[in-house]
Amino acid sequence: MTTTTEQDPMSALEPEVLYDLHRRMVRIRLFEEEAGKLMEAGRMPGFLHLYVGQEAVAAGVMATLGQDDVVTSTHRGHGHAVAKGADLRYMYAELFGKQTGYCKGRGGSMHINDLSIGMLGANGIVGGGIPHAVGAALAAVYKGQDFVAVPFFGDGATNIGVFHESANLAAVLQLPVLFVCENNGYAEFTPQDRHMLLKDVADRAASYGMPGEIVDGMDAVAVYLAALRLVARARAGEGPALLEAKTYRYYDHQGVKGLRIPYRTQEEIDSWKDRDAITALELRMVNAKVAAPEELEKVWSDTREEIAAAIEFAEQSPDPDPADLLDNVYTV
Amino acid sequence: MREITYVKAFTESLMQLMAEDENVLIIGEDVAHYGGVFHAFDGLWKTYGEKRVIDTPISEMGFIGMGVGAAARGLRPVCDLMFFDFIGVALDQLYNQAAKLKFMFGGDVKVPLTLTTAGGAGLSAGPQHSQSLEAWLAHVPGLKVALPSSPHDVKGLMVAAVRDDNPTVVILNKRMLGTKGPVPEEIYEIPFGQANTVRSGRDVTVVAVGRMVVEAVTAATELAESGIEAEVIDVRTVQPLDSEAILDSVRRTNRAVVVHEAVTFGGIGAEIAAQIQEEAFDYLDAPVLRLGAPFSPVPFSPVLERAYIPDSNRISAGISRLLERSGG
Repeated sequence: MTTTTEQDPMSALEPEVLYDLHRRMVRIRLFEEEAGKLMEAGRMPGFLHLYVGQEAVAAGVMATLGQDDVVTSTHRGHGHAVAKGADLRYMYAELFGKQTGYCKGRGGSMHINDLSIGMLGANGIVGGGIPHAVGAALAAVYKGQDFVAVPFFGDGATNIGVFHESANLAAVLQLPVLFVCENNGYAEFTPQDRHMLLKDVADRAASYGMPGEIVDGMDAVAVYLAALRLVARARAGEGPALLEAKTYRYYDHQGVKGLRIPYRTQEEIDSWKDRDAITALELRMVNAKVAAPEELEKVWSDTREEIAAAIEFAEQSPDPDPADLLDNVYTV
Repeated sequence: MREITYVKAFTESLMQLMAEDENVLIIGEDVAHYGGVFHAFDGLWKTYGEKRVIDTPISEMGFIGMGVGAAARGLRPVCDLMFFDFIGVALDQLYNQAAKLKFMFGGDVKVPLTLTTAGGAGLSAGPQHSQSLEAWLAHVPGLKVALPSSPHDVKGLMVAAVRDDNPTVVILNKRMLGTKGPVPEEIYEIPFGQANTVRSGRDVTVVAVGRMVVEAVTAATELAESGIEAEVIDVRTVQPLDSEAILDSVRRTNRAVVVHEAVTFGGIGAEIAAQIQEEAFDYLDAPVLRLGAPFSPVPFSPVLERAYIPDSNRISAGISRLLERSGG
């Protein structure tokens, strides 16, 4: 008797790609968990919108991009910055409001950017960064470069006008943009079925004449393979596309606790955590003998060390000097 | 010197700026094939092609945001907002994005975006196609805002705006589009933040914004016949504001009238008046007088609109009142 087993799509990928996806996700997870602890301990000022739970999306998409491909991000943007290769020291320093931070203490958690790696910034206005990615794609085409641009945004942002304007513009101008919707099921505290009648955000793509695809946002391999295809398509001049990744955030909209009103059930949260993207990928890698458990554990321990050093760097960094407050209001 | 219209001076500035810098491009509604609803972009698409002159959907928020992104990636976009009144549907990309990106990203990004638009009343265009909202934008750190009052200034201020590495807004006055005046053929720059003393005088300083400069000069010319010499200062840009030029003049004339087409309440005149009393109080022989539109939307009826917009008669009357009060 013969049995056929469905081939894991993962087997098509080189082990290096899988390690890369895993490492990006672990770095995000630990960065965010530690940031949450610092906030809880009262050591950090401001708001904190944690990305934990959605790691497969940032990791899967970023692994398909080069340094010069541009991404724009959201208020929940740490994951995108980490996955794009931002320096964790300058990220923590910004979270602490220090002069050594990515924004020199002027922006904070919601504005991490690093132009040298194509991170055109996170944005505190929902949808605000989407047209910037379209503009970055326009600039690439204008200069004859084959870069693509990837705006990240949530399900909630697809209800704001600038999303629709940007999608239509990218389509009509045939720009190399991959719109990535991280559908975590909630616009802040409002569930999707109360903020849109559509079940799938991907359906919106049809109204701009671009392809829309759905991918399991808890599966880094699936996200990677979908993004790889759609990025290649955009890079080849075949126009924009919309990728909807169904995912979930483990923490609250803002902060770590904060559940003033329990708008999600524990069962729902647990059911998503059962499909945790990092745990799932580790299991697949070990089962397929791509990695030994201790190799994966080393990624966690190395990252913990890197993060401890980054936090120390940030805490010991100088505050900005009030005398320099007006720096960078204008280019002079 | 040859004379050309206000709108042709605008077109010529872009023609020359695009020749000078291949990263300058134009983005807006009907700017390419149609040449813009005011013919302000006539000939640019034919000369520079659709790569550099881009027609967009009616999506002001989208295409201005696209301009922000393109500017952050090294282009020098000129985004055209057909009527200044439409700023509301695009404002986030201007005041939260273009204006703040450099500051909130720690200085690593430049946004050399120019927004061009047409403002002002006088054409019976009604409440949503006639407004003067420059004070809104002047209030936002990170933006620069110009209101050219002559063909000569349109060209010079446009050149300065597009060459500037900051987001700039150039507000054309619709009623002046056909006004002719001397304009040098070569490319030249009028720096932002440098007011222009259009007319010298010893008795009163009239600080004027945009087309009100023309009305102020008319008033001053009339008053000169009765021996009153008004100095007229064209602020040219309301952000940055050339406070020194205004204060220097007021310290000499000891009286000030501020005039703009926007409603008086909360207009840029309020800022100018406040600066004068803070910095030159001891020089004043009378309170600073603000002249602007009444607190009402711009009316459609030509009769009402004429009553609404400040003109040379109201400026003359205001100056006379000021002089009577202070025994001038």
